[in-house]
Amino acid sequence: MELTRIEILPGVWLNHLHEEKFKTACLSLNLLTQLKRESAAMNALIPYVLRRGTTRYPDMEALSARMDELYGAAVEPVVRRIGEIQCLGFYASIPEDAFLPGGQSVLRPATELLGQLLLSPNTRGGLLLPAYVDSEREKMLDAIRSRKNDKSAYALFRCVEEMCCFEDFAVSRLGGESECEAINYKKLTKQYHSLLQQSPVEIFYCGRAPLQELRAALRDALITLPRGEIDYEIGTDLRLNAIEAQPRFVEEEQDVTQGKLVMGWRLGECMEDPDQAAILCFNAVFGGGSSSKLFRNVREKLQLCYYADSLADIHKGLLLVSAGIEFDRLELARDEILAQLEAIKNGEISDEELAAAKAGLASDLRAICDSQGELEGFTLAQAMDGLDYGPLELAALAEDVTKEDVRRIAQSTECDMIYFLKAGEPEEEEDEEEEEKDTEDHGA
Amino acid sequence: MEHKAFPSLGEDLYTETLPNGLRLQVIPKPGFRSCYAVLAVNYGGAFRRFRLDGEDFDTPAGAAHYLEHKMFDLPEGDKALEQLSANGADPNAFTAAGITCYYFRCTERFAENLRLLLHFVTTPYFTEETVQKEQGIIAQEIQEDLDSPDSAVYYRLLRQLYARHPFREPVIGSLESIREIRPETLAACHRAFYTPANMCLCVEGDVEPDQIARIARESLPEGPAPLPETDFGEPEEPLPLEKLHRESWDLSAPLFLIGAKLCPTGKGREALRERLTAALALRLLAGSSSPFYHRLYAQGLLNRSFDGELDFSLGLGTLLLGGECPDPEAVLRALEEELDRVRREGLDPARFERAKRASLGARLRGLEDFESLCIALAEGLFDGYCALDATELLQDIGRAECEDYLRRRLAPERLALSIIEPRRI
Repeated sequence: MELTRIEILPGVWLNHLHEEKFKTACLSLNLLTQLKRESAAMNALIPYVLRRGTTRYPDMEALSARMDELYGAAVEPVVRRIGEIQCLGFYASIPEDAFLPGGQSVLRPATELLGQLLLSPNTRGGLLLPAYVDSEREKMLDAIRSRKNDKSAYALFRCVEEMCCFEDFAVSRLGGESECEAINYKKLTKQYHSLLQQSPVEIFYCGRAPLQELRAALRDALITLPRGEIDYEIGTDLRLNAIEAQPRFVEEEQDVTQGKLVMGWRLGECMEDPDQAAILCFNAVFGGGSSSKLFRNVREKLQLCYYADSLADIHKGLLLVSAGIEFDRLELARDEILAQLEAIKNGEISDEELAAAKAGLASDLRAICDSQGELEGFTLAQAMDGLDYGPLELAALAEDVTKEDVRRIAQSTECDMIYFLKAGEPEEEEDEEEEEKDTEDHGA
Repeated sequence: MEHKAFPSLGEDLYTETLPNGLRLQVIPKPGFRSCYAVLAVNYGGAFRRFRLDGEDFDTPAGAAHYLEHKMFDLPEGDKALEQLSANGADPNAFTAAGITCYYFRCTERFAENLRLLLHFVTTPYFTEETVQKEQGIIAQEIQEDLDSPDSAVYYRLLRQLYARHPFREPVIGSLESIREIRPETLAACHRAFYTPANMCLCVEGDVEPDQIARIARESLPEGPAPLPETDFGEPEEPLPLEKLHRESWDLSAPLFLIGAKLCPTGKGREALRERLTAALALRLLAGSSSPFYHRLYAQGLLNRSFDGELDFSLGLGTLLLGGECPDPEAVLRALEEELDRVRREGLDPARFERAKRASLGARLRGLEDFESLCIALAEGLFDGYCALDATELLQDIGRAECEDYLRRRLAPERLALSIIEPRRI
């Protein structure tokens, strides 16, 4: 497995992984742009509107007929947030020609279709169709509003929103409700053109096609991509310290039978020169799996919950812990979670705990190589961070992490927010955004 | 071991039945670092009533799931979950209505992890203290489930569809029912169902099939044990008990699930053919390329959350179609009309051929997911077919067969609708 990264058009980078072992190839195309409240909803809506129809396949029925003809080569919209960079585009899963009857080839036509979806939308007078824009805007509003249907994900989202209330990171990958409501087809067309001109583009391919073949297919498919001055100044603002001396506390009431506790920390100074392997390893020791301190103590020893998981977002420098608990056990659970972190800060990490965390982390990282989707996510995040090593190299680094490394990460953290969702009458609706499914945590 | 090649899929399957009755299936995957092993038990949440050695058992709801949690305890005082984790493996388990699976993924020390998996699943160890202790954790899992509208809409629908079959009860049980579960309950369930002849082991990864067979022979009890008689009640009628049910929750948008009982009849390879025909029929009727979906999508009735599923566990055959939608009853009406139309007019030939192509692509994609494939292999084995035969069999299914399926197995009056809508303040 070898990764080649080349610029195929101005600001358009192809990350090519030659791999023969899969049955389907993966091809994704991502426009990168700064996550901002005023533009996030518009950006997020664009791939969904483009997916409604092209000049050649003017509606969804024609598009899906074409994709079915190509043996279900699915080209679907994807909107992500990696740190404070919004990534939007398409993800295509394409059957490898070797497994199709009669020596048919679908890679080139599927690549063409991807290009058409991005560059040749169904328009009138040069503007995106109002019917498509209105319809997708309403669907996205529903998606944003339905965030509260999944209570655990909602609690996680709210914790981050409150914790990062002075930062762009509070904006979810789909943007805000009121900004979404204000979208119309003229504004969206303008935003679409400016994204095409200015966004750096990251393309990922993993499959059997050689680099030159894919490069040629992509250059043909993207030949009409207008390129202006590329905005390379995008990035994530890191905040190393908590906002206040004591962790802030936010409590919210909804009709729930179980309390949802989410605690948020700044990863702190360690983010100045982040040691990815050490941070992921610290997360594994703390709450990353069934050998972690949170699982063993909060779940198994005290039976406070069914789950108590931690997640480290190395792009924004956050640590988050979520747990579902009885309403009257908030203090107990909070204190125990803090105590477990305190233990790591004091170096109370057994050899077994460290070994299990390292083995689990290294195994998870190596397993990334066996999944197209995970390879894509990992490679995209690495490309954005300007890191050139793959999952196997990171796995090797994880095996060298020491107790002191883990302790150093724990000591660097600062608790910034404690959020609790409990039973009661829901408050009036506020302006809110979509759930969090978007941070990359590299299998941690 | 017996070898069968699937050249069009580029896969090889090795199978063997051990003297103690355990069935083994291995798919070697050179070039992959991850190995998956799934030990599946032909037993799940719906196996409430059974007869073993002349004694009748009527176990509380949630017993199979409780048992799954407690299997990880070992008499040596260790927890299998922690041991597997310490080896870097990613272990897990789940209990469904018709099957219980224990599995792990690892990239190192596969043989050791496999021995441990086989050991802990076949080693019962239940004490008053450990069983009592687990109640708190499971109670939290139930509470979490009680906050899930997806789970609520699903079990609501099952109660509308099924009159008696225990498939309609939550696998996890209730806060009340789990209190009745004692060490003896778990021991009886384990003795009845966790015998090698009632299990199968599926492995996928860069492994040597003979080595798997050797480890399985060394790590499992010898000799087949008698299998219990199970009782799921009288057969169900094809029509639902309750056409429409609605509930109000603290939600933003209505959530709905449409369902039907398909009452399948096929056995073995015929069962697989019936399932593939049903899946193709569902794709054509309401899949993401269907005129039905596109029409309702454009009308604002459906969005990308709309999804369909067929569940053939316990030989029941349940169709499920749902998502979020402002007016679920309009979706039901439209689906009834579309079903009626297709039953009268038949399927469009060009669309049928395209759907078969798309199904082939989807099946190829499905092969990438080792965990799902191992589970599908196990389910197929318990139901008497080989899941890898699906692609070849699919080519053989014609339009007339699909149309016939829709006419015999589905009708507007067989559909039921469950809705959870936002509470009006």
